[in-house]
Amino acid sequence: MRLLQRALRTGFSSLEAALDVPFGAAWNPLHNLGALGFFYYWIVAVSGIYLYVGFDTGVTRVYGSIEYMTHAQWYLGGVMRSLHRYASDAMVVMMLLHVVREFAMDRLSGPRWFTWLTGVPLLWLVYASGISGYWLVWDELAQYVALATTEWLDWLPIFGEPIARNFLAPTSLDDRFFTLLIFLHIAVPLILLFVLWVHLQRVARPKINPPRGLAIGTLLMMLALSLYKPAMSHAPADLASVPGILRLDWFYLGFYTLFDLWSFGTAWTVAALATAALMVLPWIVRRRHSLAHVNLDHCNGCERCVADCPYNAIAMVERSDGAPFDREAKVDPDLCVGCGICVGACPTSIAFRSRPELPTGIDLHEPALGQLRDWMRSACAALPRRPRVLVIGCSMGAEAQTLSAPDVAVMSLPCVGMLPPSFIDYALSRDLAEGVLLTGCKSEACHHRFGIRWTEDRLAGRRDPYLRSRVPRQRLRTFWAGRGGERRLGRAIADFAAALSALEPPPRAPRREIAAREPEAR
Amino acid sequence: MRALRLGGQGVVYLLFAVALGYLSDSPAYTYFPADRAQIKLSFSYGARPSDCRRLSAEEIAKQPPNMRKAESCSRRRQPIFVELSLDGEVLHRAWHEPTGVSGDGPARLYRRFETSPGSHTLVVAMRDSGRAEGFNHRREALIELKPRQNFVIDFRAEAGGFVFR
Repeated sequence: MRLLQRALRTGFSSLEAALDVPFGAAWNPLHNLGALGFFYYWIVAVSGIYLYVGFDTGVTRVYGSIEYMTHAQWYLGGVMRSLHRYASDAMVVMMLLHVVREFAMDRLSGPRWFTWLTGVPLLWLVYASGISGYWLVWDELAQYVALATTEWLDWLPIFGEPIARNFLAPTSLDDRFFTLLIFLHIAVPLILLFVLWVHLQRVARPKINPPRGLAIGTLLMMLALSLYKPAMSHAPADLASVPGILRLDWFYLGFYTLFDLWSFGTAWTVAALATAALMVLPWIVRRRHSLAHVNLDHCNGCERCVADCPYNAIAMVERSDGAPFDREAKVDPDLCVGCGICVGACPTSIAFRSRPELPTGIDLHEPALGQLRDWMRSACAALPRRPRVLVIGCSMGAEAQTLSAPDVAVMSLPCVGMLPPSFIDYALSRDLAEGVLLTGCKSEACHHRFGIRWTEDRLAGRRDPYLRSRVPRQRLRTFWAGRGGERRLGRAIADFAAALSALEPPPRAPRREIAAREPEAR
Repeated sequence: MRALRLGGQGVVYLLFAVALGYLSDSPAYTYFPADRAQIKLSFSYGARPSDCRRLSAEEIAKQPPNMRKAESCSRRRQPIFVELSLDGEVLHRAWHEPTGVSGDGPARLYRRFETSPGSHTLVVAMRDSGRAEGFNHRREALIELKPRQNFVIDFRAEAGGFVFR
């Protein structure tokens, strides 16, 4: 399973790097799969409302009403119908890519199980929404879909009478059928929307809208496709004959072709097993991870950890230790994934303290902040060649460890967002290295979602805790390579080392002076 | 540079549009060959229980006045035996048990058979009583099937037996 994840992650990283060139990281479609899925949902909803207005539920008039919108009113009804179809198809593509990518990026285990698990019924609901829509056209394809679906459902011993018998002969159907069907076709997507809301309950600051440029681009693409190749109906349904050659929508109906190869029972078994496998996946790929814990002696209730946690795993509660602060941070172990972003956010996470254990308001058990400083010191001290470059990366991004060299020390964190900015100041001002390079996941594709964003904001002085202004910015670089970007990262390190060689040696602050300026937690 | 990037985006959108446009209705899928026809045998039919006996006048009188029945039967219905043959070849021959936990639901049957268009002699028969041999319902017909025709054999007791549609 790990090998599969690794292979998929490498594939996604390569594809994302390629898409970064024209789109940039922020607009990269692979970084916006969920948001694009939502966007297509809204296109489907708006176009569906228009189609509903012109839809006639009479069994003999339903086909004609859709044909009228498609042909006589091609400029609006036809475009709406095509948008409805193509956006539905695109939604399936985004959804499936989203599932595979979240699996590849290992975003399913730990507290993320809830989001993964609630995503599984969404697959069924999206398919149920789309497939029920194909019935409504009541052409030969609809007839095939109706028969295949009902025959498949009839395999389950839950219906008193085979529901496929409703489609035995032309006289079997009446007008109420399409009234029921349109109700289902509206109700299921509404249930889908509700489950989507549940799906996002444990996601802090979910990205449900794609960047405007990407949204406009994809909408224009859909419009152009709708005009160039409008969605068309087959011949009207005729239950007295069997549909022959069909122009299937493979996004929704590809699975149905397996009914020719397998029995309905086998198809149900495959679908049930696939669903069950998806549901238990978070527990199959489970990883052990360290949890954050609060040190009340150093917590002043500033709430920065709460603001930065991507998992809503920290809450502010009433103070329990009698300290003169209103509240204290409390970690929910069921939600914490041990990314350490809270450690990087804590204003008391300061590398300059003289105590060896390096206490802070919130810390991980493994690696603790003190361990990080020890690693940084020992790794840099072992570098024989100058200019020394300290590379600080994360366990989910580019594998920087492979790039260790006589002038390159590499330190890996659970997430780059765990790095308190004072550590960069410490490394440079204490002559541990001539330059610091931060790396990790790809830009806009941080495994923990906000590690890169918060880090960049802290370095730029947009988010507490800031990187002090005295830190020479020419000795600091970021390179968000992502998994598979090791070669590019290696080149970036070499470029950085060359740039550092051309710089004057940095002025060293007297040790005592720095120690005197150390801020205190209270 | 900006033009190049926009061009690159255009290429990606184009590729996505081509994939969407193509797979939304292609490749064509042959569900049913044009030179074949289909016979569908389907019904949902509850046969009478086999162990019914006529109640005596005293027994009927003992029943509540608004719920009086002349017969007493077990809950379980008879299984039915169905045989379908086409041009002398047996396509289906099987017993069908009543549905439901107590066997009081109808027996269900839904089968599709593919055959060639043209003239065929079709015989369908059903045994829905306790008899060991023979059939209670039988219908034989010479049918003319067109290519891709869906010929339906239903059973409706109220219509007197097998119905061809």
